[in-house]
Amino acid sequence: MSFGTEILVKVGVVLAFALNGAVICTLMDVKASAWMQRRPGPLHVGLRGFIFPLAEVIKFIQKEDIVPTKVDKTIFKLAPAFILFSVFGLFVVVPISPTLVVVDLNLGVFYLLAISTLSTLGVLIAGWSSANKYSLMGGLRAAGQLIAYELPLILAVVGVVIQAETMSMVGIVEKQIEWGLPFAIAGQGIAFVIFMIAATAEMMRIPFDMPIGESELVMGFMTEYSGIRFLIFYIAEYINMFVMCAIAATIFLGGYHVPLLPVEWVNFYGPVVLLTKTLGLAFILVLVRWSFPRFREDQLQNIAWKILIPLSLLNIFVTSIMKVVF
Amino acid sequence: MDTTLDPNNKPFVSDASVSVEIETEDMTLNIGPQHPSTHGVLRLVAKVDGEKISSVEPVLGYMHRGYEKLAEVRTYPQITTLVNRIDWVSGFANEIPFIAATEKLMEIEVPERAQHIRLILTEMARIASHFVFNGAYALEIGALTPIFLAMEDRERVLDLIESVTGGRFHPNFNRIGGIKPAAGAGPTTKKDIQDLPAGFYEETRIVMEKVLEGVERFENLVGGNEVFKVRTKNIGIITKEMAEDYGVSGPILRASGVKFDLRTKTDFLPYEKFDFEIPIGENGDCYDRWYVRLMEMKESANIILQAIDSMPSGPLQTKVPKVIKVPKGESYVRTENPKGEMGFHVISEGGLGPYRLKIRTPSFSNISILPELLEGQLLPDLIAIMGSLDFVLGDVDR
Repeated sequence: MSFGTEILVKVGVVLAFALNGAVICTLMDVKASAWMQRRPGPLHVGLRGFIFPLAEVIKFIQKEDIVPTKVDKTIFKLAPAFILFSVFGLFVVVPISPTLVVVDLNLGVFYLLAISTLSTLGVLIAGWSSANKYSLMGGLRAAGQLIAYELPLILAVVGVVIQAETMSMVGIVEKQIEWGLPFAIAGQGIAFVIFMIAATAEMMRIPFDMPIGESELVMGFMTEYSGIRFLIFYIAEYINMFVMCAIAATIFLGGYHVPLLPVEWVNFYGPVVLLTKTLGLAFILVLVRWSFPRFREDQLQNIAWKILIPLSLLNIFVTSIMKVVF
Repeated sequence: MDTTLDPNNKPFVSDASVSVEIETEDMTLNIGPQHPSTHGVLRLVAKVDGEKISSVEPVLGYMHRGYEKLAEVRTYPQITTLVNRIDWVSGFANEIPFIAATEKLMEIEVPERAQHIRLILTEMARIASHFVFNGAYALEIGALTPIFLAMEDRERVLDLIESVTGGRFHPNFNRIGGIKPAAGAGPTTKKDIQDLPAGFYEETRIVMEKVLEGVERFENLVGGNEVFKVRTKNIGIITKEMAEDYGVSGPILRASGVKFDLRTKTDFLPYEKFDFEIPIGENGDCYDRWYVRLMEMKESANIILQAIDSMPSGPLQTKVPKVIKVPKGESYVRTENPKGEMGFHVISEGGLGPYRLKIRTPSFSNISILPELLEGQLLPDLIAIMGSLDFVLGDVDR
């Protein structure tokens, strides 16, 4: 296979995977919320509510794409693409089996953490270029949040990296197979919880959705967006949720591996196993979203700096000692 | 170069302790009239320094409908239609003070049964109003689920109101000297007049049990949530003195620890026959205001359950002339509405309609505390505090 076709196939597969993941996550979010809130719409209307994502997409596409007069037009139009690129970029190193991975980078974890930061930049420029005070405040909140949650996110993964002695995603999974236990049980339980909390903050989902905060900032950095650009933000949010859960499942829950199944067949059951684990984590996020109120921005900072970061540093410390001792 | 050497000029000395804080100008943020959490069209002109609010000025009048003036060109029976729409979340409760004020002027004794039915419906309106508050407040804090549960529970209560009056929101059910025969209660010829629809008592009992269940669910789902607690506890504290100075009333006053409820102080409706508690708060913060309203729903449900057990029989209306003319004079009646104290001052010159009608609405007085309360708070707390005051713009602007 030539390099060109290989790239095309990989891009196609990633696109299909990401978009389907987003649709599944959307459906899960909507269905679970409707079930919790006893809303008849998404449970019964239109093929028992299953064509809801399709209707939503069509609705947004047919809406007018309004670009207000005073916005910084180029950047305003670019911002959604920025966010979309960064979430797609995360798929590159997520392995769905030892061989089925776009590219198994040596510094896979490092790459992930670097790329995931980019989406906040997109949020910030969206907020800045909108020429709207609410958007600006949303963008600034997102920037403040970035510094607060990115550190615990990185520090939580450092513990895993120390324990696994590698930064490659496949390597981390192989290490868990070798240990016989996923890292979430074998030593990195605290890191797993910290990672999930920080990831929720990065996804800007309730209880950490202050940059959007629709009761305070109307729609935060998305206030001025409409039509297909709003749709891109919307899809990116769900792709982000999907991929962050996939990463957490890979790093902490053993990824594509499940005990007792023959290792030779991993290319067939690997994707299914990873998908199951991912959706399991995503379901927890959905439940949290629909039952929790929103924190305040300064409370998030307190949680990040006073609880999560010291805890993750402690985790690194203990992990290092255990590594040296054993 | 030369200027620095000039002896008249001060020599340039670098100050070692230069403050790094840059003087920044406050940003003016218009919150409203179109904003998701201003309950309609309240506009707050806020000066913000980042997230911190340095001053707030409420701008009212976007929903002024001129009800006081409109009432002057209408006859007394026509005015109940208008007053329904002042605080539309608890439409029935608005009718009581106006009707009571008019009856006081005309010196009419209202039959006991009519008073009881009025009381039941007023308490139902209170429950419906507090359900809306509970759902909307959680939504403003950021929880998306409680509003749907609240609306579902409230709909049951509204169905009951509708079954008696024929209207969910705007019952227009009170008549001077009594109440209207119930909707769907058979022919309204004089002999076989019926008031409450068949099965009303049983239905009410079931619904009130569900309301009590709903209150418990809210206590667990919303009140038991740690995030909700950190967002509302010690936020927007109204002290006893502040509350009395600003003339706030209703649950907000009681949340500040003042045990004042017009239901026990005046006799606009026969509340003295029933046994109920007046819940009060301790700190006067947002959480207390939320909790006091939740407990009030419980008490209201208990009052209704007691009232349907002790429903007296008798006529619904006293004899009143076909054309209602109110003698010259003036009267003022104040009642405990879901949102606070509502008063109607009726001045009559002896005509078919009032010469002047002054409406004292709870929300208008309650939000007068906003500028002092919001100064120095953070923007998310502004929403939390504003929501906890539970105002309706129709009630503010009339």
